[in-house]
Amino acid sequence: MTLIKETDYGTPESKSEKLVTLTIDGKSVTVPEGTSIMRAAMEIGTEIPKLCAADSIKSFGSCRLCVIEVEGRNGTPASCTTPVAPGISVKTQTPRLAAIRRGVMELYISDHPLDCLTCAANGDCELQDMAGAVGLRDVRYGYDGANHVFARNNGEVNFDWKPKDESNPYFSYDPSKCIVCNRCVRACEEVQGTFALTISGRGFDSRVSPGMDEAFMESECVSCGACVQACPTATLIEKSVIAIGQPEHSSVTTCAYCGVGCTFKAEMRGEEVVRMVPWKDGKANHGHSCIKGRFAYGYAQHGDRILNPMIRESIDQPWRVVSWDEAIGFAADRLKAAQEKYGKNSVGVITSSRCTNEESFLVQKLARQGFRNNNTDTCARVCHSPTGYGLAQAFGTSAGTQDFDSVDDADVILVMGANPTDAHPVFGSRMKKRLREGAKLIVIDPRRIDLVRSPHIEADYHLPLRPGANVAMVTALAHVIVTENLVNLDFVKSRCDWDEYQEWAEFVSLPKNSPEAMQETLGVPAADVRAAARLYATGGNAAIYYGLGVTEHAQGSTTVMGIANLAMATGNLGRRGVGVNPLRGQNNVQGSCDMGSFPHELPGYRHISNDAARQAFEKDWGVALDPEPGLRIPNMFDAAIEGAFKGLYVQGEDILQSDPDTRHVSRALANMDIVIVQDLFLVETANYAHVFLPGATFLEKDGTFTNAERRIQRVTKVMSPKNGYADWEVTQLLANKLGLNWNYTDASQIMDEIARLTPSFAGVSFKRLEEVGSLQWPVNADSPDGMPIMHINGFARGKGKFVVTEYVPTDEKVGPRFPLLLTTGRILSQYNVGAQTRRTENSQWHPEDMLEIHPHDAEDRGVRDGDWVRVASRAGETTLRAKITDRVAPGVVYTTFHHPTTQANVVTTDNSDWATNCPEYKVTAVQVSTTNGPTDWQHQYRELTAQSRRIASTIDAAE
Amino acid sequence: MSHDSVDKLVKMANQIGKFFVAQKHPEGVASMTDHLKKFWNPRMREAIIAHVDHGGAGLDPIAIEAVKRLGQRAGAAASGLRPGEGGADG
Ligand code: SF4
Ligand code: SF4
Ligand code: SF4
Ligand code: FES
Repeated sequence: MTLIKETDYGTPESKSEKLVTLTIDGKSVTVPEGTSIMRAAMEIGTEIPKLCAADSIKSFGSCRLCVIEVEGRNGTPASCTTPVAPGISVKTQTPRLAAIRRGVMELYISDHPLDCLTCAANGDCELQDMAGAVGLRDVRYGYDGANHVFARNNGEVNFDWKPKDESNPYFSYDPSKCIVCNRCVRACEEVQGTFALTISGRGFDSRVSPGMDEAFMESECVSCGACVQACPTATLIEKSVIAIGQPEHSSVTTCAYCGVGCTFKAEMRGEEVVRMVPWKDGKANHGHSCIKGRFAYGYAQHGDRILNPMIRESIDQPWRVVSWDEAIGFAADRLKAAQEKYGKNSVGVITSSRCTNEESFLVQKLARQGFRNNNTDTCARVCHSPTGYGLAQAFGTSAGTQDFDSVDDADVILVMGANPTDAHPVFGSRMKKRLREGAKLIVIDPRRIDLVRSPHIEADYHLPLRPGANVAMVTALAHVIVTENLVNLDFVKSRCDWDEYQEWAEFVSLPKNSPEAMQETLGVPAADVRAAARLYATGGNAAIYYGLGVTEHAQGSTTVMGIANLAMATGNLGRRGVGVNPLRGQNNVQGSCDMGSFPHELPGYRHISNDAARQAFEKDWGVALDPEPGLRIPNMFDAAIEGAFKGLYVQGEDILQSDPDTRHVSRALANMDIVIVQDLFLVETANYAHVFLPGATFLEKDGTFTNAERRIQRVTKVMSPKNGYADWEVTQLLANKLGLNWNYTDASQIMDEIARLTPSFAGVSFKRLEEVGSLQWPVNADSPDGMPIMHINGFARGKGKFVVTEYVPTDEKVGPRFPLLLTTGRILSQYNVGAQTRRTENSQWHPEDMLEIHPHDAEDRGVRDGDWVRVASRAGETTLRAKITDRVAPGVVYTTFHHPTTQANVVTTDNSDWATNCPEYKVTAVQVSTTNGPTDWQHQYRELTAQSRRIASTIDAAE
Repeated sequence: MSHDSVDKLVKMANQIGKFFVAQKHPEGVASMTDHLKKFWNPRMREAIIAHVDHGGAGLDPIAIEAVKRLGQRAGAAASGLRPGEGGADG
């Protein structure tokens, strides 16, 4: 394996369709109009020296190293800023050009420390490379004069010198090595969209500075790493490279955090990760990343990781470290005993949307083939199950309609209940780029998310609706579109069921559904709702992006269908720039749903009662499958409390922390005879487990993830699993102990089985993925290369289905006891329950969960910024510290749930979506009051956790 | 099933009913029956059928009607199960 090096073409690609032919050094080349001469030269393999240009950012023309001569033109223009022209003849190397370049380099080098041998960028420094490329042999100017290199000049303090900024835990900034090429500043602006960096001072005095001469950690910087990648020198460099040295090989793999699915080059030295660098050819991220994927992989080596299997007779005992064989045997015996005593349906599995497709597939197979029941569910239940249900109803496929690139053609972007800059940061940056180019923005969210107002972006409409009023909102928007005759009737007539449309149109037109009638419910001025609806319907290509703020409600599925209604009514489907796009939370939410993790359907979304589909699996697996749907996660808990559900195998999911109504979940778990947890750490759920099977990280196994655009991408093993086995191997051990006789020797064989049994995956294999990089399902005979945009000539289900969306207020109503509405969300630096990110330096950005509360509500309750407050709901209470902000409206409070001690889910209730039982995380009626510290429950819980984490063995659990 | 669980099922059934009662096309009751058949485990279906057999306290009319139809369809299948296997107990 070698180190993958992508070609840098120097300037961005031109989108023009018009072609231009020119000659460079005697060779003819044809490129799109608007291409720079630099890029055109690189297309034919001629690398013009450069320092301030990179193809991820617009050209700047400051270093003058890339000069060229054009026959018949005077002077020596910069090739990065000079576009091609038909018929011109360019020379890239002449004595005159060589002399200019050497002169430029000489000036740079005379103000640069010459410590190349001990510099961390040695071997990966463009300044070094260019010195070599231009044939620099000596430097005539010494360091005697003004410079930025030394802290002292001849004993005097050098005011031009600045110390290193080491404040960011992941990268360092050494101003003495800066050549002021401005690449970092442009990367932060153009790629990331944060505008954290500026060049302060002018001429010789100019230096890069975060914010107003702040340290990186104090500035607006979100630590995405784009500037570090862009920097041609060691000025901005990963601390891991300083610590370890330059990598020697790399493999492409996929981020295991969010549903964007960024691909990275894992750059390695032996089995040690030197750094993760976003891969330029990654179709989801195009070479960009966020702090999580780029830097937060250190949890893989964290001392808390459990590396040996452990068992215990009962959960009040300490853990006993045992051999794999003993642990698996113990687990299998108990599962069998439970089924013998309580019936075959008394056990089940939960797959994780963090695990690979192959792992999810095997876990549901274990339930169906091994337990002979359909008690399999996935944590996607608690986030995007309404998406699956709603979109399948409307269009016939449980997935988003577009690829991410489609946003480049959107004229109006409607973001509902999603916070892309925090939860889907790389896509958030793409979206911001399009917004800076002039696309219009509508944000529907109770909270003023960053996107509403950020550098060079301002939402045209922010509709801060009351939590729980989503259906009222989509119906009111539809009311305006229908009654103001903004419907795209051609589209509706040709593509949708006309009768259903008419019923729907009649329903939404009712006066009770007008923005004016709904104003009270929505808490948003009717005029804004009207204006937003008009913009969505008439502003050109309009795309809807939504997230958990839509799905995690009692009417989550109804809202998803309401969103689909809006897109169909306005004809915003089936081409680039439009569509209905669910932003998935965890990396493999899409994949875990695709893999048949739900209790009612087989892989590929075929209902378990579908005889033909079931028979295909029965034939392959050699057993009869149960045709009845199994239990969903909340139903499992209910059955456990009843005493009818006794055994659970949970892979990679911390249900105790992530599921609502913690007390209910812990009661259910405590009632089981056998809880098997397979994870990296002793997660909260493990407090109630009898068997702990250590898991592997994404760096230690092979497989695939499927991102929010249905894109299947490879996860590559770059180091041996510290725990000994990849997770799919652990499932296989358990399956074989239960007598299933599986013989997979490689993850690719599991994908082959998936492809064999799942029509929409028919053309997928590891080999194919390695050839093409990624594939967007369906991949079958009709679309052998996958399908970036769906429903182009018709919906998967035939005619699009309009559904009447009657608003039903949730049971979580405010009243005198609980007068505020609590809603929950996420933050950039932490991920889900935080099990991984809390074990990295990311915690420097978000050390604890805070309760956001509006100044009025805070004043009423005597709460000051930073005070401990008690948050109580009808389910329970917890404490955390308050942050006073007008980002939330009066009457609404907000928190994240990344930290287990916060126990935000002690407060959330067991209300759920009517169709899918997806919990209503986003609305809980609460009261907030001041308090001195943690609740009794939090104290007790801490004790329990300490108790249940005792390990009675001399074999150390981790390094 | 305990009171608690039946209450939960009643609440869920009513929630489902509120969605389907608004749909005319196809008929709401039939769609609701179909929904219960597709997404509710036999254990839950039997519990709600039993509840309706005992009067169906707390259930909205559409939910009662849908569960009745479910009972007609499910009856035969469920009775084929041995105790401790499948529907009723597991
Ligand atoms: S890390 Fe990202 S946000 Fe921070 S300064 Fe660099 S480009 Fe800007
Ligand atoms: S920090 Fe790096 S990228 Fe930024 S101006 Fe200096 S040398 Fe260029
Ligand atoms: S967390 Fe999401 S946005 Fe960040 S690098 Fe990973 S996949 Fe990309
Ligand atoms: S690379 Fe063209 S001016 Fe710097």
